[in-house]
Amino acid sequence: MHGRTYMKLEIPSRSDNEAFSRVVVAAFASRLDPTLEEISDIKTAVSEAVTNAIIHAYDDRVGVITITASLDGNKLVVEILDQGVGIADLEQARQPLYTSKPELERSGMGFTIMENFMDEVKVRSIPGQGTAVVLVKEIQSKAVLHQN
Amino acid sequence: METESLLHGDCLIVRVRGELDHHQADQFRQTVDQGLDDQRVNRLVLNLEGLSFMDSSGIGLILGRFKRVQQKQGQMAICGVTEAVSKVLEISGVPRVIPFMRNEKEALQKTARGINPKRRMR
Repeated sequence: MHGRTYMKLEIPSRSDNEAFSRVVVAAFASRLDPTLEEISDIKTAVSEAVTNAIIHAYDDRVGVITITASLDGNKLVVEILDQGVGIADLEQARQPLYTSKPELERSGMGFTIMENFMDEVKVRSIPGQGTAVVLVKEIQSKAVLHQN
Repeated sequence: METESLLHGDCLIVRVRGELDHHQADQFRQTVDQGLDDQRVNRLVLNLEGLSFMDSSGIGLILGRFKRVQQKQGQMAICGVTEAVSKVLEISGVPRVIPFMRNEKEALQKTARGINPKRRMR
């Protein structure tokens, strides 16, 4: 019996892990034979979610970020989980250009970019307990290969 | 990320290579702002030809520098935008406020001529 293809990565919420985490997820996604654009989209979306966890969820302290990724047919599912402060108003947080940290020159485009670069973005958050961001992307190049 | 800054008359040219994310933000901000602190400088050209990755952290940084240039009553242009970073810039609406040119030569000409006042950010 074949088990589900998945990976799990646990990192401290330090900014030097941003590049590492997006590269790991991109390498995992490469099993689906994505195009360069798809790889770039995945790296960018993961970077946004991980950066949010570092800046907003844990702010001045270092916490744990857990990244899991799995393959479901030609779909990549990535979850970025933290046990940080949580998001009180999810609707507001997802608004383009909204940022709670303008003093850091944050553009407020993180969720908008995730939504544009992935097929699905789901966010669950409990204030005081943490946030989970689920990113889903169907890899087209593999789908075409399957059809042929 | 690596940056290379050079002065061309009153124009600061900053060439950026590698990856620009939140981790690299302070280094990028310090490099460009140090250049902009020079009284002679009132134009900025960002050459992104060597940039292989950028997320929304880069958008905030670019718009922050644009505001500084505006405070100096100066002009700014971006050149050498690669496919890897064009999508992030486009979605964020950056081309609506900062002109994108093909290369440094065109960017220098553009900033010398000035930009349409309608493009100015409030």
